[in-house]
Amino acid sequence: MSFFARFAQNRGALVGLIILLMIIAMAILAPLLFPESPWRMVQRPFLPPMSQDGFPLGTDTMGRNVAAGLMHGAWVSLLIGLVSTSVALLIGVPLGAIAGYYGGLIDDILMRFTEFFQTIPNFALAIVLVAIMQPSVTSIVLAIALVSWPPVARLVRAEFMSLRHREYVEAARLVGQTNSTIILRQILPNTLSPIIVLASLMVATAILLESSLSFLGLGDPNVMSWGYMIGAARTVIRQAWWLSFFPGVAILLTVLALNLVGEGLDDALNPKLSRER
Amino acid sequence: MSDTATETVLSIRQLSVALPKGADRALAVEDVSYDVKRGEIMCVVGESGSGKSMAANTVMGLLPKGVRPVQGEVIFEGQNLITLTEKQHRALRGLKIGMIFQEPMTALNPLMRVGAQIAEVFEAHGKLTPKQRQARALELLIEVGIPQPEKAIRAYPFELSGGQRQRVVIAMALALEPVLLIADEPTTALDVTTQAQILELIRDLQRRRGMAVMFITHDFGVVAEIANRVCVMRHGQIVEIGEASEVLGNPQNEYTQALIAAIPSNAVPPHREANTTAPLLDIKRLNKVFRSRGGWFKASREVRALDDVSLTLARGETVGIVGESGSGKSTLGRCVVRLEHPDDGELLLDGVNLSQLKGDALRRERHRVQMIFQDPYASLNPRTRVGMAIAQGPIANGTPKAQALKQAGELLDMVGLGASAVERYPHEFSGGQRQRIGIARALALNPELIVADEAVSALDVSIQAQVLELLEELKQRLSLSLLFITHDLRVAAQICDRIVVMQHGRIVEQGSAEQIFLHPREAYTRSLLEAIPGRDAPVAATA
Repeated sequence: MSFFARFAQNRGALVGLIILLMIIAMAILAPLLFPESPWRMVQRPFLPPMSQDGFPLGTDTMGRNVAAGLMHGAWVSLLIGLVSTSVALLIGVPLGAIAGYYGGLIDDILMRFTEFFQTIPNFALAIVLVAIMQPSVTSIVLAIALVSWPPVARLVRAEFMSLRHREYVEAARLVGQTNSTIILRQILPNTLSPIIVLASLMVATAILLESSLSFLGLGDPNVMSWGYMIGAARTVIRQAWWLSFFPGVAILLTVLALNLVGEGLDDALNPKLSRER
Repeated sequence: MSDTATETVLSIRQLSVALPKGADRALAVEDVSYDVKRGEIMCVVGESGSGKSMAANTVMGLLPKGVRPVQGEVIFEGQNLITLTEKQHRALRGLKIGMIFQEPMTALNPLMRVGAQIAEVFEAHGKLTPKQRQARALELLIEVGIPQPEKAIRAYPFELSGGQRQRVVIAMALALEPVLLIADEPTTALDVTTQAQILELIRDLQRRRGMAVMFITHDFGVVAEIANRVCVMRHGQIVEIGEASEVLGNPQNEYTQALIAAIPSNAVPPHREANTTAPLLDIKRLNKVFRSRGGWFKASREVRALDDVSLTLARGETVGIVGESGSGKSTLGRCVVRLEHPDDGELLLDGVNLSQLKGDALRRERHRVQMIFQDPYASLNPRTRVGMAIAQGPIANGTPKAQALKQAGELLDMVGLGASAVERYPHEFSGGQRQRIGIARALALNPELIVADEAVSALDVSIQAQVLELLEELKQRLSLSLLFITHDLRVAAQICDRIVVMQHGRIVEQGSAEQIFLHPREAYTRSLLEAIPGRDAPVAATA
């Protein structure tokens, strides 16, 4: 059975994939459907949804098109969520794997280093990092990645510690596999499920973190993001619900889709489940 | 008591229990009928998956979710237990029916003192005052023969040994003087000598109290030791039922005969020609101490796992290491394959000292000694295909992948699984088949020595016999040298040329299998031999 066929056996995963593809399509089609900058004021402010042609989702406090903002923002929010999570995984997985596999002094050193990051509140550290590096998409992605890798390292370390004494790992040591082969081939594949679940949640947190940063005025001033839209609409939530509702739904759907896809990936990668269904 | 000996306590009539959809068969138990009478021990025997525990769980109302009785009745004291509500069932459990479980550690609450746990049984049924409960708890502990009962009553479960814990569980089961005691594999997790003591305790209590006991086990040795009547089950059906002496001495059914024949024989092993060639493995004064790191206020603890152990193994010879848990036998095996680092001493394999090698130097020598692991489920990576699991050794040692996979197929053929198994994942195989895969993996590197650590302990008897047969055959064909570690003297007797008995990290006695069985010199060896269940019982001649 092909990988995709196995993936598709999980209905939820298929739905998630479809939602995710739609959001990606939104991001790609944005410049075609709304060629003008989403920052441009094009109508009178506080136009409710569906009240005028060309503004299906209404306008915001400054008279900017919400639909245009939503579509342009998809790109930035997805980019920030996915890239920062990938960077966090690239830092956290190897650190956790090495700490958990070797244990002892190496573990102590790496974990003290991780704790150093964990003792500083996430958001405060992110603010400081973005402020130092100047707000831009790159600095935001980096800042979010730097504050979100410690939980990954902790999770991977715990998984490695419980798996490294399994008999199949000992068997691999006995036949003379090198440590790196054992880490990559024997243990890592068996830690995938929790990593995938955690990663899909991290994408969500990253999108939300970016919105908090934008809300404080630390977002990239040149790009529209869902987080910025919610942040800007917060003060008028009682007069103009649509300003925070639509970007909020967009974030919800993205996170949901990522979770479903993550679950499907996990099932498809698990040989036991894939044959039993 | 004798006048009530024929009174039926529990009567199971045409019971069928359905498994949830998608299980490997529709009915866990099919049309099963048997009685348990006052003052007798009824043994229900079967291999894993035979449904032997299901009837007992129905009696207790402890069937897993989705499993339900569909036909028949279970009559206990005039009421049909199947029709009881959960609440009525709960009132019956403990009060009228006591139960002992397999794993005494998990049956006890780790954070509660033993006395409190026994008292809780009375509390659950609203009996006695708190003070009386404590007094009764102490009486019960004395009755089940716990050493220093005044101290034990204040102990936590982890402070007791496995056998003592099982005694506590028995005390709890007996607390309310049940009419019926159900024991589900109560000695499987225990050492042989402890097992013998617990079996004696159960028999003794049963006689003294005139209880009915339903004893579930997979071990025919245990059956021979304690049963009055036996019920043999297979695939959810009763194969044979009758008096213990009848069933064991003169089994009518083919399956029962096969099971009894599969028990590692009690017969003394034949004398084998001593191998006089130069030793392949020469262990000299090996030591290993495990230290637990102490905290600020507690001293570090030391356990001497290996204490000056010396032994030799000739090429083509099979040496059995026998001992109870904590004897250091597994540590010895793990030091030989160098999964543990011995503190000092020499480990000469064909003249090369393996004991102090490290890092890459050790990795290059690893292919010379391989291991067959105990647990067929944990020893194979669930995400690696079987062929790859076997081929990874040769690949790590420089064989091209395609060639290694081809060899893996040949090896799988040799252990009787067929080369097509290469493409499949471990979960598609049964325990016995997985163990064959483990053997193929150990053979893949053409090792000079194979260490088998409890390699057949996790398997059913009939499967155990097959795997032992395979090992024996491979031994002849490839002239393997084998270090066979086991807690079961019967198994050791079947396959080993020489037997080494270990206790507390030291070698107590070693000699040819024949010598150990017929003329044991040490008291400890004798006590191990005497503890073998069913040793003197009239078991049908084994083929």
